[in-house]
Amino acid sequence: MQPDQTASIISLQNVSKFFGNFQALTDVNLEIKRGEKVVICGPSGSGKSTLIRCINRLEAHNGGDIFVDGVRLHERMKEIQAVRTQVGMVFQQFNLFPHLTVIENLMAAPVWVHGKDKAKSREKAMGLLDRVKIADQAEKYPIQLSGGQQQRVAIARALCVEPQVMLFDEPTSALDPEMVSEVLETMMDLARSGMTMICVTHEMGFARAVADRVIFMDKGQIVDADSPEAFFAGNRNPRAQAFLDEILSH
Amino acid sequence: MRREQPMYADTVQSENVLKKPLVFGGIALVCAIVAFLLGSAALISTLLPTADVASIPLQLSASALIGVAFAANLLGISLLPNGVQRLVVYGQFLFLLIAFVLVFDLDMAFIAEKGPTLLIEGLTTTLYISAISISIAIVIALSAAIAKLSSNEFARGIATFYTSLFRGLPLLMQLYLVYLGLPQLGFFPEAIPAGIAALSLCYGAYMTEVFRAGILSISRGQWEASRALGFGSGQVMRRIILPQALPVVIPPTGNMFIGMLKGSSLVSVIGVTDLMFLARNLGSSTFNHMEMLLTAAFIYWALIMTLELIQSRLERHFNKSKTR
Repeated sequence: MQPDQTASIISLQNVSKFFGNFQALTDVNLEIKRGEKVVICGPSGSGKSTLIRCINRLEAHNGGDIFVDGVRLHERMKEIQAVRTQVGMVFQQFNLFPHLTVIENLMAAPVWVHGKDKAKSREKAMGLLDRVKIADQAEKYPIQLSGGQQQRVAIARALCVEPQVMLFDEPTSALDPEMVSEVLETMMDLARSGMTMICVTHEMGFARAVADRVIFMDKGQIVDADSPEAFFAGNRNPRAQAFLDEILSH
Repeated sequence: MRREQPMYADTVQSENVLKKPLVFGGIALVCAIVAFLLGSAALISTLLPTADVASIPLQLSASALIGVAFAANLLGISLLPNGVQRLVVYGQFLFLLIAFVLVFDLDMAFIAEKGPTLLIEGLTTTLYISAISISIAIVIALSAAIAKLSSNEFARGIATFYTSLFRGLPLLMQLYLVYLGLPQLGFFPEAIPAGIAALSLCYGAYMTEVFRAGILSISRGQWEASRALGFGSGQVMRRIILPQALPVVIPPTGNMFIGMLKGSSLVSVIGVTDLMFLARNLGSSTFNHMEMLLTAAFIYWALIMTLELIQSRLERHFNKSKTR
């Protein structure tokens, strides 16, 4: 079954994923429209990260189908490469390349993977650094930056290949509290630009402000999916309620 | 000598136990007993040429003198400022080594005569065999390490068999197998190519494990970030993983260099005129064995100290870009 390409940029159909005998995802169905912002939350071990890591095939799903911009994901390198250039990813641990300067981190994929012109890539990278308000750090090494700055560089690096979709895997969880807002602001700015975003995060303020849909996962399944207004207003699944009580209680 | 600070030194000042009379006396006593048992005759005959070396009271007092001198030396060193202590200890050991060498009563004229041959022919041969072998070994090791970590079962099979075989046999035996075994198959390798082949294969196998560990030390996140950006597997390795693994493998690779430099002395058994071969042969006809062996030993040591210096420079260079 081909998804409706005009509506959905990402389509997951009955996706399941096993790690050995442990089933991390069970029959997940999800359609994400172009330009949509989705926040995924849920207790640890519920399969949130696994779900988004399947979308750019850092993990291989075991059952069902995943379509990204009309391309069906399977093990062939060609499709995977095509999808990975369409999908940017931001990690919890930043994963910047420590042996490269900030600007080189941004130029790595355009120059080495796509064979783009060096001078033009640098110019574009500087533009992106400017957008995440960190252009003055371009020649430094990642280790010299604060966590918040590193994560903003990571966002700019992912944007360098002009992706259609951005995946965020708990982007603020490894940050000191005072640095969370600068990263969230960068993400909100990105959301306003119309980027399709899927964010695994526990930042409910961000979800309320930005998300078109909040998805609650538990035990490898999507339990609840609703607009943030409806999700935060109540009438939730009891497991989602318990989770929210837990994270909002402090 | 390196000027490195001790790593993760605590801020606690430990007291100088040598200042305690009991510790000082104990060390002196133990040292005196050892001196007495080993014989203190040499000291007596040096200090009092006319005395009777068999006299027990004389031996006892000479031993006591040695014991107290040893303990006093330790205490003296411990009172020197930091940094100087290390130099003095190093210097004293060097002095002992030189004294030991001088005991052999070496024929310096012989060394002056034959030394240049040792240096020019022997050192050159040793150096170029080592340099070629280490270069080939690095290429082999890098390929084998990547093969071992790849998902290609065929490549993994070859690499695993290779490292198992060449780490499993003594280098000397590998030399004989290449030099004496290949002629059975119709190839008649010269001594030097045979030596280079055996050294490269053997050290390539050791270094495979070094490189493999270096590659594995780079976090999974680096692979994931590169893949998410669309890097192919070769690009991840070449652009992201290997440049980060390089500083990690420098110290163990330096060790391998040193091991190979000395291991190359084994090629002398198949008739390559390297440093070791000449050291054994130049002096043998006139029974000046020790002269040549010690000269060669000194050359090996100087060579390896140079390598250590280069290694520490490299380490410092890479650490700088890491912490800057």
